[in-house]
Amino acid sequence: MSANGKLPTLVVVQLNGGNDFMNTVVPYGDGHYYDSRKTIGVPEDRVLRIDSRVGINPHAAPLKELYDRGLVAIIQGIGYPDSSRSHFRSMDIWHTCEPDTVATEGWLGKVVRAIDPDKSNPLTAVSIGRGLPRALSAREVPVTSVADLDSYGLMSGFTAEEQRADALDLFQRIYTPAIGRGAVVDYLARTGINIVRGAEMLKQAPRMYSSSVEYADNPLAKALRDVARIHLAGLGTRILYAQHGGYDTHANEAPTHPKLLTDLSRAIADFYRDLEEHDAADNVLVLVFTEFGRRVHDNGSGTDHGAGGGAFLIGNRVRGGLYSEYPSLEPGSLDNGDLRHTYDFRGLYTSLLEQWLRVEAPPIVGGTFEQLPVVAE
Amino acid sequence: MARTDRALIAHLMRRAAFGATASEIDTLSDKKYEDLVEGLLHPERAPAFEEDVLRRYYLELNNADSHVPWQSYWIYRMVNTPRPMEEKIALFWHHIFATSIGKSEHTPSSRQQIDTFRRTGLSNLRTIYLELARDPAMLFWLDNCENHRGEPNENWGRELLELFSMGVGNYTEQDIKMASRAFTGWTFTQPLPLDPYGRFSSEFQYLDTDHDRGEKTFLGRSGSFDGEDIIDIIVGQPATHRFIARHMYNFFVADEPQVPAWGIVPPQDPGAIDALAAELRKSGGDVRATLRLLFNSDFFKAAIGRKVKSPVELVVGTVKLAGSHRFPEPGLSELATAVSVMGQALMTPPTVEGWHTGKEWIDAGTLNERVNFAVNQFSNPDQPGVQAFVRSLKKSGGAVSPDRFVDRCLEWLGPFPISADTRRGLVERVRQDGDVRADAEDQRGQVEARGARLVQAIVSSIEYQLA
Repeated sequence: MSANGKLPTLVVVQLNGGNDFMNTVVPYGDGHYYDSRKTIGVPEDRVLRIDSRVGINPHAAPLKELYDRGLVAIIQGIGYPDSSRSHFRSMDIWHTCEPDTVATEGWLGKVVRAIDPDKSNPLTAVSIGRGLPRALSAREVPVTSVADLDSYGLMSGFTAEEQRADALDLFQRIYTPAIGRGAVVDYLARTGINIVRGAEMLKQAPRMYSSSVEYADNPLAKALRDVARIHLAGLGTRILYAQHGGYDTHANEAPTHPKLLTDLSRAIADFYRDLEEHDAADNVLVLVFTEFGRRVHDNGSGTDHGAGGGAFLIGNRVRGGLYSEYPSLEPGSLDNGDLRHTYDFRGLYTSLLEQWLRVEAPPIVGGTFEQLPVVAE
Repeated sequence: MARTDRALIAHLMRRAAFGATASEIDTLSDKKYEDLVEGLLHPERAPAFEEDVLRRYYLELNNADSHVPWQSYWIYRMVNTPRPMEEKIALFWHHIFATSIGKSEHTPSSRQQIDTFRRTGLSNLRTIYLELARDPAMLFWLDNCENHRGEPNENWGRELLELFSMGVGNYTEQDIKMASRAFTGWTFTQPLPLDPYGRFSSEFQYLDTDHDRGEKTFLGRSGSFDGEDIIDIIVGQPATHRFIARHMYNFFVADEPQVPAWGIVPPQDPGAIDALAAELRKSGGDVRATLRLLFNSDFFKAAIGRKVKSPVELVVGTVKLAGSHRFPEPGLSELATAVSVMGQALMTPPTVEGWHTGKEWIDAGTLNERVNFAVNQFSNPDQPGVQAFVRSLKKSGGAVSPDRFVDRCLEWLGPFPISADTRRGLVERVRQDGDVRADAEDQRGQVEARGARLVQAIVSSIEYQLA
């Protein structure tokens, strides 16, 4: 149990496209960095230094401020053996913890099953955005996905509130009696009723929310504001999922990546400030991850798909600092031109599951992996 | 004149095509059922899909770098083609030979693959596998371009046997190695350099110098086999006939468990699988002949409502009923988005195993999207689909009782079976507002508004999720 009696909550921020870790946490003390990043290297004098080797990209200054307050753990060189350079395959591996076979159940879907085996709360896990990331999908596990919190739910196309209520009422009238009528129909009926229940509960969130925090104007900040509103409504949600796209910087990385980091770090800082303002930051931990890092050498304009990357944990209960080792940039130690991972992501998941969510990890991550002491007691 | 039951036609059209409107069913009901099946199985007898107008209005198709316009293109084509079976069979093979643009990142070759399925999908297994083995998108997707003499890459060889033809348990690891060696040297030409020419499709290329001519033993036969020999052996295997038969059953007849379970869970209707497999064997792998047997069978005719609609079936069927997207109006990309958020991004299956079907299409997120999409298609009472319904209602004129109003609407939307509970719920709702006046007494388009609302309720029902 975490502070003020609230249950520990995990917020996952997925960076789509493969975030360039080397330009996020910059190994400015290593000459190989500047040899390899002739076009898009971050100048040494601009890096926000952590120590004599690495520092944070200046465009992620809000993240550095949180780091300096001891609230950010940086996991360097995270990845897995024989890293896939395919976006979809690699993301899949992060989602399912199955690097060898193609699996369909996601790690967080299994967590939901463990936390709420009776499916008592349709909002145990909520994903912001349309469609469900595979991390959250598991057979018969109800998960809610919300494209727009203010209009979420069935019959959202009706503009007149009265008509929408009427349509929803009829929907429930025809779905409820179907429960128990054969496996497929029963499942459809229960899912439909769960959407109505979830939407009914979620409706309270925008009504209850008020905040002095003005979130930055970017899609991730908007999503994290929805995350905050849901969290603050106290609906029993334990896992929240948001995504930020555009990290596939093969070309024009110099203008693109700084903008992404600005949006990302501002969104996270705004979210954190919002939680603090509501005294609700103690039971939230944010995980930021991406499917892979990018190639060590730039291609003259951007960087191609790589292997080892980085992940971040942010929160009051995080033991801040650098974790694992920054992978070597020595040309001889690269894996086909990419950073070799120094830490397996399944170890980080294990740490979060065992130290934060208090869920038994091996059946979810598929084995025993080395933990990092990232959560403070 | 032979008249065929409307409910049966509607069933056939939902499965062998993408649904039919009430007036289409009217036209078709004069024909004998077997002739309808025959007509569907010979798409070449109907005029080809005209894409000139689409290309003129939908300029995004000139952007070869994104597949999203081509996803919309395909759905638009399913809605408007005079040859629906051509699209349905392409979708069938796309489900099995699941190739994702996520890896190819090369729109023209993915598009070209779907065209190949359209062209050869109803022919015979030998042609289909041979075209697949020579398909640039597939060659890249399963790394056969990395399958070299002396350094075999077994990705394609393995999936060909496991997921595309025979299924696990019917071959050995040794057979995979041999099949892989036989396909060495099967690769594709590199298209023009991306910069500055843009993306162009590539073609199959056989590199004799990279081909392993050595002796191979595959499924008990020996020779200096190449890929074509492997395919010849595969198409003669009873395991292949049963595997494809079960896929046909799952896609066209009734939901089966997912493919990985097939080695463990027996088919729900073993007799049907036997009959389809026997036809594949007897006909030399003739897909058209086997589907003829399938659509004319009693097990098919009895399978109304036994499938959960795939997102593509739901979206295309609904758009056809609503009468929208008959012309390339702005907002075409909503079609690609719709199926994607329902879990079926075309040309982007989640894995080489393809989409999980049946009940697994449904979760809270996807059902929410399915219901809202269908309801929104009928939000405007001026929609051609609603207007057609209202016209048919006005023909009979006078006051229409709530029972009759609901039945007419169900008839018009399908017909499809609906439970007594669902029907009762709908009738009660209509009754709250009294009889419907479908004549001059109708003030200010009440009948249109009430018709649209009833249609919206029906397309949000559980039964509407089923095919």
